[in-house]
This record gives sequence, structure tokens and C-alpha cells, in this order.
Amino acid sequence: MKSTREKVPVIDTDIHNNLPSSESLHPYLSERWRKHQEMIGGRGHAGSAYPRGMPHAARHDAWPPSGLAPGADLAFMQEQLLDAWDFEYGILNPLMGGSGLNLEYVAAIARAINDWQVEEWTAPEPRLKASIVVPYEDGELAAEEIDRRGEDPNFVQVLLIARTDEPLGRRKYWKIYEAATRYDLPIGIHFGGVGAGPITGAGSPSYYIEDHGGMPQAFQTQVISLVCEGVFERFPTLKFVLIEGGFAWFPPLMWRLDQSWNKLKEEVPDLKKLPSEYMKEHFWLSSQPVEEPPKREYFDLLLEQLNAQERLMFATDYPHWDFDAPDRAFPTSLAPDVRRRIMADNARELYKL
Amino acid sequence: MAKHVVATVDEIPPGERKIVELEGRSLGVFNIDGEFYAVRNICPHQGAPLCEGRLTGLLESNVPGEYKYTRKGEILRCVWHGWEFDIKTGQSWWNPAQRRVRKYPVEVEDGATVASGLQKGPYTAETYSVSVDQRYVVIDMPE
Amino acid sequence: METWDTKPSFIRSDLPLIDCDIHNRVPSLGTLYPYLPDFWVEYCSTSGFGGPEMGDYPGGAPTSALLDTKPSDGPPGSDLELLREQTLDFWEADYGILNCAYWVQTVHNEYLAAALASATNDWQVEHWLDPEPRLRASLVVSSQNPLSAAQEIERMGDYPGFVQVLLPVRSLMPYGKRHYDPIFEAAVRHNLVIGIHYGGAAGIPPSPSGWFSTYLEEYAGMGQVFQAQVISLVTEGAFDRFPDLRVALIEGGFTWLPSVMWRIDKEWRGLRHNTPWIKRLPSEYMREHLRFTLQPMDTPPDPKQFLRMIGQLDSDDMLMFSTDYPHWQFDSPEEALPMGLPESLMKKILAENAREFYQL
Repeated sequence: MKSTREKVPVIDTDIHNNLPSSESLHPYLSERWRKHQEMIGGRGHAGSAYPRGMPHAARHDAWPPSGLAPGADLAFMQEQLLDAWDFEYGILNPLMGGSGLNLEYVAAIARAINDWQVEEWTAPEPRLKASIVVPYEDGELAAEEIDRRGEDPNFVQVLLIARTDEPLGRRKYWKIYEAATRYDLPIGIHFGGVGAGPITGAGSPSYYIEDHGGMPQAFQTQVISLVCEGVFERFPTLKFVLIEGGFAWFPPLMWRLDQSWNKLKEEVPDLKKLPSEYMKEHFWLSSQPVEEPPKREYFDLLLEQLNAQERLMFATDYPHWDFDAPDRAFPTSLAPDVRRRIMADNARELYKL
Repeated sequence: MAKHVVATVDEIPPGERKIVELEGRSLGVFNIDGEFYAVRNICPHQGAPLCEGRLTGLLESNVPGEYKYTRKGEILRCVWHGWEFDIKTGQSWWNPAQRRVRKYPVEVEDGATVASGLQKGPYTAETYSVSVDQRYVVIDMPE
Repeated sequence: METWDTKPSFIRSDLPLIDCDIHNRVPSLGTLYPYLPDFWVEYCSTSGFGGPEMGDYPGGAPTSALLDTKPSDGPPGSDLELLREQTLDFWEADYGILNCAYWVQTVHNEYLAAALASATNDWQVEHWLDPEPRLRASLVVSSQNPLSAAQEIERMGDYPGFVQVLLPVRSLMPYGKRHYDPIFEAAVRHNLVIGIHYGGAAGIPPSPSGWFSTYLEEYAGMGQVFQAQVISLVTEGAFDRFPDLRVALIEGGFTWLPSVMWRIDKEWRGLRHNTPWIKRLPSEYMREHLRFTLQPMDTPPDPKQFLRMIGQLDSDDMLMFSTDYPHWQFDSPEEALPMGLPESLMKKILAENAREFYQL
């Protein structure tokens, strides 16, 4: 699988590492929570299960020969991803441990996952940097975990999820932003999650295609909320990365928010400028899954509207089925300088790599 | 045209496949109910190793809720994004006119023919030492 | 807002105009008493019931009404004379389509909801359709029970002037689910469009992540609920079950539509086996079966980009002129239409698309 294009450095901003087994966290859990894990385990908002069409939502070829789950075998990840594509860095976003109903248990698991990430992933493989998993439904517990890991060079961002119990601009989450600001850590909001209600504002749909294809709705919710609640007036240096949300919806949301704000700004006097200005200033986007419009000119316009050369960051989403390949991800040929920025420079600057 | 012997017939039982390298190209050779087919091992979408994907059937529906499942094992789902290709024609399900994967002619020939062909020149045996009492899967590579 | 004294340049004798979103409003619950059975009148007047929950347009919000649209004795949109003068006459419209956003769907007692729906429709006939031949109207139905909604469509669907069945975009279940088939079946049989309109109070949060703090967020965020409905209608097969079904998306914006088309087309290529009844690109279903009212326009800062965005719909047929009267959507009438539209597209947006879709 050779690329005919000029070779540029690549930083992958969305890689998923997975636990080899349910017992993998035992060494990192206290006796109390180990017992809890064995007896009860994680409990969440039941009723929002959409089978993903493939086990672990994984690429069919991402199952390691070791028999472990996709993303659970570092050596195989190195071979199939980091070495095969010669990545400069990869950002780990473990999709576990941040959510659940018993928040103290969630906090213990998040802590354990972060310890496990250093021990098993970032220490043995310096090309990998990790995201801090936090019990995001409790601002104080989440801030404690950020304080524990905020200065650790193994970590480069705080990880939240797109579907939360409440919109992320609400005050219950502000402790997280306060802590992230202390360490100048970007906050990643990743695809997925199960909020307190149905997965759309129109109730529970029937199929995975609606769950997966409808995810931009959750991202729009979070952007609207963060901007309109004045989070960026309160935390002016805060940076958000929208991971695996696609990006074609982002420009239309800028226009819609500006239009709405023009009429309703008296309701939110804390906002000092157009919502789109906050969006341009405080948000970065990962590329995968890249929208594939029917005409290249649509995609070119989209990149322009997005200020992609400053704000778009390449991601594969390895080992998941909707993986984007570094050499074929974009349905248009990018100008060499834009390509360099999207493939690595933007991420290197944001994550200070 | 160069003919390449890529396997013995026994090597790829029905429902199985073999991935081979020919003239610098990776191909998947499939046995569907005793017939052999070969397609390029690169998905026309993003270049995934298509032929490592899962074999499935043709799922059709005239009306929501109805599931008509036929031609089991004749449809290849791409290893990454799940695009479906008909192994017999190389055509993609969702855009058969434009999205297709390159298909190569495959023949089964007995060892005697292959051996005699080799003497004449057009056949390339690859790594196979041909014996007359075997049957072989042979791919015709266009120039 | 001050009174508009200059008419926009696109009002011309050779340019027909159809306004696809005008709100007539039930002034008060008491207005419906003459149309309600005695029992329900007594119930309404003695139970403390004040009418359906109507939180979509806070009274003092500038978006809720232009200042001069309030008649002397009722809320904006409640008086035919004033509405006629400010919509049909001002815009010199051939037709105006009424969308009475009286959300009986929020009433948990479904029998009361059905009675209120019937009463509202009878009131619409007597006070709006019969006296003003340029008006068309939308049936209010208790869609929380699709069977009872279908009965109402049976009862009133052929009455001249009704062109649409109105559903709130916020629903307990997405509209693509078979649960709603009786409504679509009846609508198709009576040749009515399904109009999905901003708002509603389904009792579930308006976002995948709960309730918004501010009205601004809910207002801007309603676009996502429309997106969920569009995705559901297409992927759950509503248009495969009802090939003649026409759906208008009203007051939800449309600039987000290209992004949904591209995303769902991409999803479908890989997840086709999930919903095998979809035989064409999802975006093709959207272009064929869906139409969008023009307001709110959510215009990008550069008018040229807006025209390019409209081009990305890959269809000249999808947009239909609307004012969203009496809500405030534009500062001057000239802004009611995008600037710089080619003449042919302007004609389609102003009237032709609606004429064809609503068969006027």
C-alpha cells in the first residue's frame, strides 16, 4: 500500500487502545474497587445499545494474532499502524472508564486506566501520548484526576465524550475546565457516550446507521452549549478538540448560531462577540470520518470555510471500522503546505509535541 | 497475457480464499462452490486490503422489515468500511456502474496442460513445481 | 421592528409568490369551546388545564413576534384581518400556507388531545379557510396516537384548503418508525404533505445530551432534531413504505442539509446491510421527498458563499419561500430572499417549488 504522494510527517490524533482483559486493571485498583468490579462492574444508562455491525466496531483486519481484542496488543498496533504508516506520534483515546452511574467507582476506574496507559502504552512506546480519562459527570472528581496527571508528559489532553448527561457548557462541568486551564491541556470531546436521555432530540432511532451517522447532532449540542453558556469568557485559554465528529456540519453551525444570537443576544449578555468567533478561536477538529461530498469543489469550499489549514487534524480512528487511511483519507488533493499542516503540524502545535 | 499458476485446486477449498502476489499486484483468489474467481486486493475506496474482508451473502429487501438473503459466500465486504463487492463480477453493490474492483480471469487446468504450456512459454509457474497428476488454478494477467 | 414600508424588489407582477410558513394562532383555549363536545368544555374549564404546553416562542423574545404583528385583542397571528394585510397583501402572495403550531401532542391525555385537534381544525375552517381563499392550512393531529391522528385526517383530509398534516419536530420517537405509518398512510391517501415544524414538547430532552440552559441554545439546537428526523425518515424506510410521501421541513433551517447528505451517503455505503431496503443513495431520497422552507436562512457572512451552499444541495427544487410570520426572521423584506439568485431559481423558490409540492 504505497502512497504516490510526497511523504509528509503524520500525527494520528485518534487511536483507541483497549484492555486485554477485564482483569487488566486489577493491579491498578484498590481492594475496595477490585471487589466492586468483580461483584457489580460498571453500570450505565441502559437502553441505548446499538450493535455496531462488527465486533468491537473494529476493522476486520485489526484482530491481533495474539488473540487479544483489537487495540489491546501494543506490538500489533505498532506493526499495523505506527510502523506501517511511519507515524511521528499517535494520540491514545481509550473509550472506557469515563462514564457510569456510580461516580466514585468511575473515578477509580479512570485513575486505573490512566496508570495502565503509562505503564503499558506510553512508557514502552514513546510515539504514543495519552488522554486523561476522567469521571466527567462529576466536575470535582474529574478535576482531581486532572491535577494528578496534568504535569505528566505522558498525557496531552483531557478526554470527554460527545453524549453527556447534560450539555457540556453547564456549570457542573466547569471544574474540569478550570483544571484543564491550570495545565493548559486541550479538552478532547470524542464520538460516543450515552447521555441521560435518548440519543436524539426526537427519541430513540432504530438502527446503528442513525446512531453512528447521527453523532454530529451530539457535537453540535456541545459546541452550542459551550459557546452560549459563556465558557470561553470564563476560561479564555481553553481549547477543545472535536474528535471523530466529522466536520462538514461545523460551518453551517457557525452561521446558524450567529443568526440566532443576533436576535437573542440579550438573553446571554456574557457573550462579548459572535458565536462563530468563539468557535474559530477555541475549537480544533479531527478529520475522521472525512465527509465525502459528490464533488471536489464542495470539499474544497468546506476546507476553506473551516480554516482547515489551522484547525483540522488528521486521525485514523484505528482500530475501528471507519478507519481513514493517511494517504487516501481526503476526497481532494490538498496543497502541499495545507497537507503538512493537517497531517501533523496542527497537532504538533496544539499538543506541544 | 501471462498465465500464472497460483495454487493447486485442493489448496483453496469451497468458501476459502488465497491471497497471491502477481506482477507486483496483490490478488485474492476465491473458491465459490468449485468455481474460482480472482479480484484485486485493493479497495477502490481508500485502498484497504479488500480481499481480507468477510464473506457474506446478498442481502436485499423490497420493503422495510423484509430480509431476503441469497448467494451466501459470494459477496465480499471490505475489511475497513464494509463496502460490498460481488466476487463474481467485481462490482460494488452501491454503485455497480462506477465502483468496481478489477477482476481477473481464472481457469482450472490439469497438470499436463500446465506442464506442456510451460514448455511453450506463456505460463509462469511462480513457485509451483507442476506435476501432471494435479489440477491447478491459473490466472490470466492482461498485459 | 418598525413597519415595513418599502416592498422588496422581488415582488413583481410576473413573479408568483407562495408563503409556505404563516402562523395562525389559537388565541385562547376558550376560543375552541364552541367546537368541543360539552364534556371537554367542562373538563377544560374546571380541571385547571390551560391548553397545550407552548414553550417554543417565549412571549418577550424578539424571535417570537415582530412588534407590529399584535392585534388589539389577541396574540400575534390570531386575527385574520391583520394577518391578511401583513402577509398575503403585503407580499402579494398567491397563496399562504397556515401552520397552526397548537401542540396537542404535548397533552398526555390522548382523548383530550384528539378532541382539541378536531376543534382546532374546525376553527381553522370557519375562521381562516372559508373567509380567505388565498389561505391553505395544515391539519392539527394528535400524533402521539397515530390511529387517532389518522382518524382526524380521514375526517378532514378532503376539506378544500387543507394541504398538509402538521407534526412537531420534537417527538417521542423519530418519525421514520413504523409506529407513525397510519399517519403517513392517511396523508398519502388524501394527497396531503407531512409538515414537520420547529418545536413541540415531547417530554424528552431536545438534544442527545440533555436540556439546554437557554432559549438561544434550544432555538439554534433545533436544527439537530430536524437532522435526526431526516435521517430516520430515510433510513427507517418511510419513503420505501410510502413512495408518494412528501415531507416539508418547516422553520428548521437547511444549510446543514449538505453535511447530512454527505455523511449519511458515506455511512450507507458501508452499512447498507443494516437497512437493505434503501436502494439508492440516501441523499437521492432526500432530494426527491423533502422540501425546506426558506426561513430561518442561517446565512453565511459572504452572500457568494451562500449561493455556493445552495448549489451544494444539488437540486433547485428543495427550497420554498416562507416568511415565518409573525416571527422575526429578517430585518427588511428585501432580506427574505438570498441576494443574487439566478432568475430561474428565484422563480422556483418563490412559488414553483411549493406549487408543485403542495399541488396548488
